[in-house]
Amino acid sequence: MADVSTLQPIILPDTSAGAEPRSYWSTVGERLAHDRITLAVGAVLLCVILLAIFAPWAATHDPLQGSVMRRLKPIGTPGFFLGTDETGRDIWSRLVYGGRLSLICGVTPVALATLIGGTLGLVAGIGGRVVNMAIMRVVDVFYAFPSVLLAIAICGVIGAGIGNTILSLMVVFTPPIVRVTESLTAQVKNRDFVEAARASAAPLHAIISHQILPNVLGGMLVYATSLVGIGIILSAGLSFLGLGVTPPNPEWGLMLNALRQAIFVNPIVAALPGVAIVITSLCFNLLSDGLRSAMDIKLPS
Amino acid sequence: MARFIALRLLHTILILFGVSIVAFGLIHLIPGNPLDILLPPEAPKEVVERLKVEFGFDKPLYIQYLAWLGRVLQGNLGTSVFTGLRVTGELLSALGNTFVLAIPAALLGFSLGTTLGTLAAFNHGRLLDKLFSVIAILGISMPHYWLGIALVIVFAVLYPVLPAAGMGGGGGIPTNWDEARHLILPVITLSMIPMGVIGRIVRSTVLEILSQEFPTALRAKGLRHRRMVWHVLKNAAPPALAVMGLQLGFLLGGSILVETVFNWPGSGQFMNLAIFRRDIPVLQGTVLVLAGFFVIINLLVDILQALIDPRIRR
Repeated sequence: MADVSTLQPIILPDTSAGAEPRSYWSTVGERLAHDRITLAVGAVLLCVILLAIFAPWAATHDPLQGSVMRRLKPIGTPGFFLGTDETGRDIWSRLVYGGRLSLICGVTPVALATLIGGTLGLVAGIGGRVVNMAIMRVVDVFYAFPSVLLAIAICGVIGAGIGNTILSLMVVFTPPIVRVTESLTAQVKNRDFVEAARASAAPLHAIISHQILPNVLGGMLVYATSLVGIGIILSAGLSFLGLGVTPPNPEWGLMLNALRQAIFVNPIVAALPGVAIVITSLCFNLLSDGLRSAMDIKLPS
Repeated sequence: MARFIALRLLHTILILFGVSIVAFGLIHLIPGNPLDILLPPEAPKEVVERLKVEFGFDKPLYIQYLAWLGRVLQGNLGTSVFTGLRVTGELLSALGNTFVLAIPAALLGFSLGTTLGTLAAFNHGRLLDKLFSVIAILGISMPHYWLGIALVIVFAVLYPVLPAAGMGGGGGIPTNWDEARHLILPVITLSMIPMGVIGRIVRSTVLEILSQEFPTALRAKGLRHRRMVWHVLKNAAPPALAVMGLQLGFLLGGSILVETVFNWPGSGQFMNLAIFRRDIPVLQGTVLVLAGFFVIINLLVDILQALIDPRIRR
């Protein structure tokens, strides 16, 4: 017969304090903290953004001041460690200042498109058949244009300039955001907790702000982040064609185009603005991937 | 199936109608008369008036649109205000040059993407998978116009083995080795984005299918590995096809930048030139035809998807 003293009492986990179910956002934070790639990408992006903001301090020369005495110097020239461009302006200083315009032209259109497209998508997702039809068919028409084609056509008509670049990219990015938001909203709309809120007589605006938005915003954020990468490439592409930012402003696409004439003289320096574009756009894409897996979001294709 | 095709066709016609409105309306984004931008300000008034009547700019917008649409439906895109040549003929030859680039690039990108994406998914978590993920994300994060420049720098400047620009001959399908050599760099440049995008979608779709129960069942049934891969790929085909359709459209539109880099006389350069010459009929025509192609490609992809997967037929 077993000795009674060997029977240990079963100790139940203490549920009174500290063992509450973890909130969604703390889980996301936890996952991000262990995702070394996303952390590294975030750090690189932070550096790029800080360099752009504090360009006057980070730059070693005036980005607009050139000199025929020092045209197209190679990498490692004393005083000009990334060389100089076709009019003798310092490449490093122009890259740093160029980050300002490139980031603005990449981020602003996506932010505006998320605001407009998100609202339209939400309305289309919640609204009735007629509203949905009206919005989504118009979106279908704009979706029928390849993005580069639409951006170039709009900029080609309304003319070059920073404002026009932002406007044309906003038009390009709004339709895909409407589509993603609409299908995210439609998925959430039929879930039980929305039904429950409706049954408990919650007003529509409360359902939108408490039940629907919190479940849609994550997906929109992930999607918008990936669009910023495309936005930077497209806006630099417009400048590259001469349809975006106008010279002599330093901007990566514009620098790439100007230095293209010099590839036979100084090939490596000519590729540098592109490296800046690749790094920034790559970071936004990786950030989007990292956020998506941390937030456990599946975007509708 | 017939019902499905009929519905898709109807939808496509409606979209094409919308596309034509956008392509036509594009030039009216700027206030004022399109002729004002075209002609120098010191142009005599009677000349302006005469041209207005000649081009139909004196009529109300919807009349102009309907007249334009009527001509477009007969295959007449108007005449270039700059060269005086028929837009249709010029555009078709430029489009031909674009296809010479876009089709090999699509074939290369799609086959590489599908192969690499499948290999990565079947080797999930191993080195091959990680290596592929790096290549794929680089492919989609790289501005293709920069990749073009970088390839020119490496293969035409530092190690001059390939031509840096142009088509080599009079245009059209390459007939000799020298013309084919001119294709290599632009085709590789253009194929990188589809490779990355297709590879990523194939990888994630195959992974999702592998996590379902039927591949395990097939394996338990004693099916050979090769047969199982076939079953998985057949299930992964519809989403991959949808993305391929979109990518083919992006290749047509996106070739504008790559054509500029390689000085390739295709539809992109044609449109770019029209923009700087303010050649409205050319711009309208190119935008309409390129977007029209995109819409029709997507229609074909929809039908193809429904043929493969009966569930899509609704």
